[in-house]
Amino acid sequence: MVERSAELEMTVQNTSPGMDLDDMSSAELERAGVIVTRADFLYNWARGNSVWPLTFGLACCAIEMIAAATSRFDMSRFGSEVFRPTPRQADLMIVSGTVTKKMAPQVVRIYNQMPEPKWIIAMGACAISGGPFKHGYNVLKGIDRYLPVDVYLPGCPPRPEAVLQSLNYLQEKIKKQDIKTDPAFTKGRRQYPVPEFTGKDLEPPYNPEVWSPPENPNSEPVQPPKKTTA
Amino acid sequence: MSELSHEPLLKEFPDACWDEAAGAVIVPEGRARVMAEWLLMQGVDYCSNVTGVDYLEAEVKEKITNDAGEEETVTRTEPGRIDVVYHLYSMRDQTGPLVLKQRTGRENAQAESLTPVWRSCELQEREVFDLFGVDFKGHPDQRRILMWDEYEEHPMRKDYTEPFDYEWEPTPHDEILEKHKKGKVIV
Repeated sequence: MVERSAELEMTVQNTSPGMDLDDMSSAELERAGVIVTRADFLYNWARGNSVWPLTFGLACCAIEMIAAATSRFDMSRFGSEVFRPTPRQADLMIVSGTVTKKMAPQVVRIYNQMPEPKWIIAMGACAISGGPFKHGYNVLKGIDRYLPVDVYLPGCPPRPEAVLQSLNYLQEKIKKQDIKTDPAFTKGRRQYPVPEFTGKDLEPPYNPEVWSPPENPNSEPVQPPKKTTA
Repeated sequence: MSELSHEPLLKEFPDACWDEAAGAVIVPEGRARVMAEWLLMQGVDYCSNVTGVDYLEAEVKEKITNDAGEEETVTRTEPGRIDVVYHLYSMRDQTGPLVLKQRTGRENAQAESLTPVWRSCELQEREVFDLFGVDFKGHPDQRRILMWDEYEEHPMRKDYTEPFDYEWEPTPHDEILEKHKKGKVIV
């Protein structure tokens, strides 16, 4: 057994992502008790099946998120039942609910505190675009203005089944990550500038690195906001 | 819950007046605290609701009879004002509501805080302070409650214009369509 695991380790180390093995040789190796695979696959398989979300709810969507974790819907079937109370131990942030402008800096700050690799699910209409409160004065029009969202989960609020499906989509996305090129592994811990409160609005109103306004046929091109230091 | 009569209040405070259309007692300036304390002594021990109402400056047309005995229509300008409305109940007598209104101008809006009398006013007066910009004299802890501290505006005032910071929509309508036609679409 010791011999076999040592052999597996060796094989994993010696396999580069570009290297192809024909089916015959890999099947022969498997019969001999050796699995030949890519390091990416192992990493991503392990990470994708144990995504630890942050215990973090903003509005009514949080109730559905909590329901998804209960025994009836049982998020633990997909390895995500461990809701962590601290961002230092979590790798998934489910932005569940309306992000008010007053709350937005705190959400960005919590995201900055999470270790890499980290992912975001924008849950519900409000977290995606502001939803029914889009034309209001106090609601952020989508958390994707400040943070890179991985999965958009529509609904008002989405059912717990939808939460599970969004988790499945996220797992598929994780399984496609290339650990040599993905920013989660190459850029260190990504920090995004925390917006500041001003007399009228948040400054900057959005982070041009992750979001830019779509083209409007009725207006002139929009200039990105001035950068402020994080 | 039976009705709480405003008659004793008007008898005790003859300078207060009764607004029949609104069903509210209009509190004379600077008398709110004294009236509230008197009401508390009468058993009006619960304030359920505090809110503000904003009236912009408006032109009002009125029919009056002039000296010659003829009817004529006169246009006069009603100055803008903010009403702070209190809904009061008596838990002791199971009566209510009694509606009090404090009137103030829109510039340097001020009112007397009734929090020292009814503690339940505290958060709601803070809300009126935040959203209408009414300064409550005698409030123990007056700061913004919903918007952030750095915020300078009062969103529930009628002349407030909200930031137009949402992206272009494929099917805009009404106010949103008007804003899109002006062309400014995002801050």
